[in-house]
Amino acid sequence: MAKMKPEELIQGLNYNPPSTPWMDLKADTSPGNWAYPGKPDIVSYLKDEGLPVANPREWVPSDEDWKLPPNWQDIIHQGFRERLDKYRSLKVFMDICVRCGACADKCHYFIGSGDPKNMPVLRAELMRSIYRKDFTLAGKIMSKLTGSRVMTEDVLKEWFIYFYQCTECRRCSLFCPYGIDTAEVTMMARELMHLVGLNINWIMEPVANCNRTGNHLGIQPQAFKDIMDFMVDDIEEVTGVRVKAPLNEPGHEILFITPSGDAFADPGIFTFMGYLILFHYLDLDYTWSTYASEGGNFGLFTSSETMKKLNAKMYAEANRLGCKWILGGECGHMWRVINQYMDTMNGDIQGPQMTTPVNPITGTVFKNAAATKMVHIAEFTADLIKHGKLKFDKSRNDHRRITFHDSCNPARAMGLLDEPREVIKACCNHFYEMPSNTIREMTYCCAGGSGLNTDEIMDIRLRGGMPRGKALAHVQEKHDVNTLSCVCAIDRATLIPLADYWAPGVEISGVHELVGNALILEGEQERTMDLRQEPLKGFEDEV
Amino acid sequence: MTAMYSLVFVFLLVLIPLIGVGSAHLEFFFAVCVPTTAIIIFLAGFVYKIFQWTRSPVPFRIPTTGGQQQSLDWIKQNKWDNPSTGAQTFIRMLLEVFTFRSLFRNTKVDLNKGTGVLGYSSSKWLWMFAILFHYGFFIVAVRHMRLFTEPVPIIFEWLEFGDGILQLGVPRLYLSDLLLVTGISLLLIRRLWDSRVRYISLFTDYFPLLLILGVALSGIYMRYFAKVDVVAIKAVTMGMVTFSYANLPFEQIGASFYVHVFLVSTLLAYFPFSKLMHLGGVFLSPTRNMPNDTRIKHHENPWNPDIKPHSYEAYEKDFGPAMHEAGIPVVDPANRGEQA
Repeated sequence: MAKMKPEELIQGLNYNPPSTPWMDLKADTSPGNWAYPGKPDIVSYLKDEGLPVANPREWVPSDEDWKLPPNWQDIIHQGFRERLDKYRSLKVFMDICVRCGACADKCHYFIGSGDPKNMPVLRAELMRSIYRKDFTLAGKIMSKLTGSRVMTEDVLKEWFIYFYQCTECRRCSLFCPYGIDTAEVTMMARELMHLVGLNINWIMEPVANCNRTGNHLGIQPQAFKDIMDFMVDDIEEVTGVRVKAPLNEPGHEILFITPSGDAFADPGIFTFMGYLILFHYLDLDYTWSTYASEGGNFGLFTSSETMKKLNAKMYAEANRLGCKWILGGECGHMWRVINQYMDTMNGDIQGPQMTTPVNPITGTVFKNAAATKMVHIAEFTADLIKHGKLKFDKSRNDHRRITFHDSCNPARAMGLLDEPREVIKACCNHFYEMPSNTIREMTYCCAGGSGLNTDEIMDIRLRGGMPRGKALAHVQEKHDVNTLSCVCAIDRATLIPLADYWAPGVEISGVHELVGNALILEGEQERTMDLRQEPLKGFEDEV
Repeated sequence: MTAMYSLVFVFLLVLIPLIGVGSAHLEFFFAVCVPTTAIIIFLAGFVYKIFQWTRSPVPFRIPTTGGQQQSLDWIKQNKWDNPSTGAQTFIRMLLEVFTFRSLFRNTKVDLNKGTGVLGYSSSKWLWMFAILFHYGFFIVAVRHMRLFTEPVPIIFEWLEFGDGILQLGVPRLYLSDLLLVTGISLLLIRRLWDSRVRYISLFTDYFPLLLILGVALSGIYMRYFAKVDVVAIKAVTMGMVTFSYANLPFEQIGASFYVHVFLVSTLLAYFPFSKLMHLGGVFLSPTRNMPNDTRIKHHENPWNPDIKPHSYEAYEKDFGPAMHEAGIPVVDPANRGEQA
């Protein structure tokens, strides 16, 4: 793939389905089509923690034998029944699809591959065909006519390939006349597969890490402190100001939690620095935490139980430190969890000290966070800007011509669309939107969401990244855009290879990196470089 | 192939009443017993299906948000596509059910392999076909209520007057007949024409389309060509709904009536067990019928499991001494090298 040029990829695309009926097509399980399975010791650890994973073992998806438990069919059947009883969504979505095909060309993986099983309708039919056979009378007696089939090992393999080729981005569900949400179907299919021991390490290991060390990347507390000290040094180098970086300190008003990805690598670390600069500027009464050092939640991509267990740490830490409310950083799926699951799952462990968030600088009451007590950093910063509390030198982002990528979850599972744009426009002079069919609620996935941001499936990711990549290349050509900004830590990792492939020359940045660059700190030195320590416009010769 | 099976199946359904009435003279059976049974199956099946769906709880609020959320006061919320209250959600549902708003968004991907441009064009065909069909069918169904009511409520009279307002032909042409047949034919043609839709289509996709087309065509044949005795038919239909079966004028009614009634009966009996239940299901879709408000208000999951996070104490047990050494506050005095 790395060798295939984008033009060649496009030439090879065919959106017309093959002549063989889809039920007769076996899934391709050769390497490159799947992410590595979970390591046995990691799966065992999660099993011991009481989470619904099973069958830890060494196995390879390209092998014929997947080492399934002997009664795997029964396990899947019982698990399916249990979920039909627990989720009205699943029951309704299994029953009411009319196969109108409106969703077919809405999926980034279909657009980038032409594989008919990447049409959302067919992805869901992989599961519906089993549902009809196992749970409907017509399906039991008239298999062929009703599109029903028996659960075989080949079907299970097909599930593993295609339900780990859905990023749960929910773009299809926006266009579906009944709101059928493939993300929901994929989540259920993945839960079922966990029961028989089908999982991927790129999800299992972060889950295990997050549980034990507090974050997906497995950064231990002392290393987290080192990283923060290093960033404080770098900020001082750029600004001349030594910012405060409170960590695990009890007694502050606000607990700040952001994805650990931003503590780890370029360009996320510059967003991390942006937060530190902003909070120092405001002299905010807040703390970071190592115990709850993860905003993201790979439990969302595993099972509702896992999601709940990882998410519960946020309130547990707010309670332990006596914080009144939680401020959350830039992350995509984190905000789906917070917006649609957190209070339902863990609201009962919120301590009595927690109150409806109030911006201590502006006095704004965040009424839309009255239950969760958790505010998005873009809401927080946009509010500060509106009240004129932030002094910016916008010219310090003049070397960047910026467009904004709406991350799937904040867009379609929350509706955080204007807040980040307000922030970008306040601290940058050059902002251009990508075409309207590719942004806001119609945004395209980075093709690495839902735990699929791993390199062994880079081919699939780059193909799925085509719609986003093409839209990006469009504004690169038209407006000379050189920066793709986003509010998601996974995006900051996945959009880099995507841009390198589809729109070479475009860099990726978080929104609060731009804030950190433009914000005028009290007592700062003349800035000649940005947080990446690259020269600002007009200072190219000095750095 | 599946389309052919469906067509053959519908033809068989036409033959059954033709033989049953023509040769076996089972008029009462086909005019009264079959439709009465079908109506009972339809009503009971519909209620059962809704009951079966609603028996499963909605553990989480998972609306698909189609616009700006309720946020800061000065940021304009898209209340219809991202509702945060019950009233706004009600409007979203009205628009979904009556105008097929989600389908109206439909776009088509166009990949120009020559230039490499990936474009999107508005594609409202499916929306238009669906609107034609559903409204046509709806008006036809409601218009038929005059056969089951005596005296006929004024609203049905008005509907019939409006439907025939063009005053074309004798008997007058109903616009809804045109809408229904045009809509369903276009939907069928699209399903056969579009290679992707054809690829995913099952017998159970073609069958209802052809069955409804059969219902419509047999009805049209009755009215415009066979010109059946409507007064006699009304006597039969009123007899059926009032359970007074004496002296029904079967001999004045042509065979096309029995075909029409048998196809409608099949449709009614098939309805609750088929994808046609999207009629009921759309109201229960959790991505559409819930406000985006779980950051504002608590939503209860009836089976919320008791799961605790990995505790801070366990965390400090793992990392405490190293934390202390790095200057991070620790709780357990032992981790500070002190006696507990």
